Amino acid sequence: MEKHHINALKEIVGEENVLTSAEDLYCYSYDATPGHSHMPDAVVSPANTMETSQILKLANDNCIPVYTRGSGTNLSAGCVPTKGGIVLLMTRLNKILEVDLENLVAVAEPGVIVADLNKEIATLGLIYPPDPGTVATATLGGTVAENAGGLRGLKYGVSKHYIMGLEVVLANGDIMNTGGKNVKDVSGYDMTKLFTGSEGTLCVITKIITKLVPAPEAKKAMMAIFKDLDNAGKAVSAIIAAKIIPATLEIMDNATIRTVEDYAKVGLPLDAQAVLLIEVDGNPIVVEKEAEKVMEALKANHADFVQIAKDDAERDKLWAARRAALPALAKLRPTTYVEDATVPRNKVPDFLRAVSSIAKANNVTIGTFGHAGDGNMHPTIVCDIRQPEEMKRVYKAMDEMFSAAIELGGTLSGEHGIGLGKLPWMEQQHGPVTMNAMKSIKRALDPNLILNPGKLVGEC
Amino acid sequence: MTDKITAKDINEQDKTLLADLQDALANCMKCGNCMEVCPVYKEVGKEAAVARGKLSLMEGVLKGAIPLSAAFDTAMSKCVSCKACTAKCPCGVPADELILRGRQAAVKARGLHPIKKKVFALLKNRQLFDFSLRMAGIFGPLNFKKLPGKMASLARFPMPGMDYKRVTAPFASTPLRNQYPEVIKVDKPKMRVGFFTGCTINYMYTDVGQSVLNVLKENNIEVTMPSLQHCCGTPVYMSGDVDSAKILAKHNIEVFDEYNFDYIVSACGSCTEAFRIEFPHLFHDEPRMKEMTERLAKKTYEISEFLIDVVKIDKSKLGPVNTTVTLHDPCHMARGIKVTKQPREVLKSIPGLKFVEMKQPDRCCGSGGSFSLGNYELSRKINDKKIADIASTNADLVATSCGTCRMHLMDGLHQNKLDKNALHVIQLLDQSYQAGHKK
Repeated sequence: MEKHHINALKEIVGEENVLTSAEDLYCYSYDATPGHSHMPDAVVSPANTMETSQILKLANDNCIPVYTRGSGTNLSAGCVPTKGGIVLLMTRLNKILEVDLENLVAVAEPGVIVADLNKEIATLGLIYPPDPGTVATATLGGTVAENAGGLRGLKYGVSKHYIMGLEVVLANGDIMNTGGKNVKDVSGYDMTKLFTGSEGTLCVITKIITKLVPAPEAKKAMMAIFKDLDNAGKAVSAIIAAKIIPATLEIMDNATIRTVEDYAKVGLPLDAQAVLLIEVDGNPIVVEKEAEKVMEALKANHADFVQIAKDDAERDKLWAARRAALPALAKLRPTTYVEDATVPRNKVPDFLRAVSSIAKANNVTIGTFGHAGDGNMHPTIVCDIRQPEEMKRVYKAMDEMFSAAIELGGTLSGEHGIGLGKLPWMEQQHGPVTMNAMKSIKRALDPNLILNPGKLVGEC
Repeated sequence: MTDKITAKDINEQDKTLLADLQDALANCMKCGNCMEVCPVYKEVGKEAAVARGKLSLMEGVLKGAIPLSAAFDTAMSKCVSCKACTAKCPCGVPADELILRGRQAAVKARGLHPIKKKVFALLKNRQLFDFSLRMAGIFGPLNFKKLPGKMASLARFPMPGMDYKRVTAPFASTPLRNQYPEVIKVDKPKMRVGFFTGCTINYMYTDVGQSVLNVLKENNIEVTMPSLQHCCGTPVYMSGDVDSAKILAKHNIEVFDEYNFDYIVSACGSCTEAFRIEFPHLFHDEPRMKEMTERLAKKTYEISEFLIDVVKIDKSKLGPVNTTVTLHDPCHMARGIKVTKQPREVLKSIPGLKFVEMKQPDRCCGSGGSFSLGNYELSRKINDKKIADIASTNADLVATSCGTCRMHLMDGLHQNKLDKNALHVIQLLDQSYQAGHKK
């Protein structure tokens, strides 16, 4: 980027909103994904849609890459500025513009922290369900762009199920609106869904219309320990077959159980092959009945130990093990990859077995936990990125792991997105025709290829 | 002083320092959870303001990707050392300590800021320091006017290095330790304690020191205030000047070890933390000093903690204090020495006192010890959030357990035009004992 471009950017957003010092640029060279770091030429933070549009027009006219960024908590290297250029920091657009109770809709800017939106609507008895692990820091815009999910995904889905409309700025600076407050809307291509999860490659989101849902009145948590992995898998199927959709249905594998136990001493047996944590929510009467049925399903499938939380304190205790999973694994070694491979839920035991044998074969430490109910697994690889020999084995294990997920009819990502991290397997999952179609869309909307170039669909 | 110092330069200076830093830094997985709790990041909104950014800057310097520049120094200084990031970190990265190490590296490579250099030189000379602050107490009223009914004063004339509107505590005309004999005797004492006054209590908030002495006397405890005690060194340590911090620490350790007290008490979270955590840390590789510091660390208590856990005060002697109080937890109390229950128990045991909790009692008040001197505007913004939290409780006053927090809260209450007072927890307990005598 040239000096006059920087000056032009300063004219658009004001001097103090363009960062160019080496120290500041270094701080925007990464996100939460290990192993990816590249310096941008400038970090620019606009105050509104108009400024965003002017920045994009300037970038497009001069073929300067633009990497949109919120809090930078993503796990796919999605906002690493791999080709330099502009990091477009959207955190100043942080207002909740409207909470429309008659339509149960909120309108917010992309820089709003997801937890802050939930705090705002909690007093009205409403929730915005997507709740990624970083919900307290991640921006709404980032979670929409990455199509983030969370623990409640089984019952409530991921971001795309709650986005009703968007205001976006296209690569050339044009401002475009999609969708709206209509519950039923089948007019034209579904651009809202196309942009949700487009990972900054098709547009920059400047306004978001979200669906809100009534907060569940009651919750009930249960835990079951299995010494046989297949029984755990059968229990999951039995719960769903009993027509119960829990809000959460979590699983931890043996490697994770051992690590958690070593770290948090929550009382899990070390020889357990799986721990299931289930939570049902909704109307208090229904919740009681559903909890009973879940307990029956667990016992019928030979759970070695079951427990139901009587009150909030007990609920917290049951959750302690699951909450400790990532911290316990992350503390083992310096580098932590939280992967996101997802399989159909009846294939969860097969996938866990595959991961554990891949880990053994490559001499790599992998603990798997995740959302058994929706098949979204988080094989978590701990290693030391500074050890080249070890990293060779790690990358090989990753390769085998994603291939295994795809072979089981799964997908590369249930909620983290593709970015750069999972690009190598995209063609394997989607095939050349689909990849070509995706690239055509990219080229149509961003002919100069300035928006997050090289990510999600790769080089075009 | 050159502006650009490379990783190679520091590597040559101190290889071991860097090697163990590299491992600690590698443990940060850049998840960004620290963004949720960092009071500085919430105001500044830039990566360099939050722990994740600061740690990666350090990595950048070590890799040789960026120079150890003045901007690096500035980034490291923008931290209130509230430890919230460390408490939040899922990987257990001690970010607060690492940022101090970053400051230390900057000091080593670039030298200390010239103003700090002068202040620390003064601080290292105990007699000169004492003389200067006593002079400030005597001549202070010429330049400061007192705010009615409170331990707070406003400058009459602009002062260098200080915001004109800023409310501070007045320097005492007679420091605490000059108001009393070294040993304050009681009949048949049940124990002998050494009182580490800290600079703020000795030279400014003598009212807190008086309350500590009154309360200990009520509990039949003999108190000694060693006359040779000196600043605990926390401000110096926090600035990255470890060599000076060690000089101050060693002095205090040797002074207090002479007396063979049953316990050492302090009425400040940071001073207690210095004795309990920092001193042993500073001398971990010097066997004689290590043994001595560990011995002292074991018997050091913060005053509320001491009264509740060790003395187990007789609550029947307490009289009514009819007021509504909320409590601010100083960072070094909440996350440093992890003492939060005891000050609450002290307040709740006072008859007539209504205790109301604010929403985020352990969120930093923005003072950060000397942080607010160099970053007043930023520290005010952080403080305004604290004051709004206090205001929403409708309490008559806010209690806390740290002098610099009290001063910053007082300033915030004044700037936000709230007619409330800020007191040390122990002052309310003192009032309660006095009311008990009148029963």
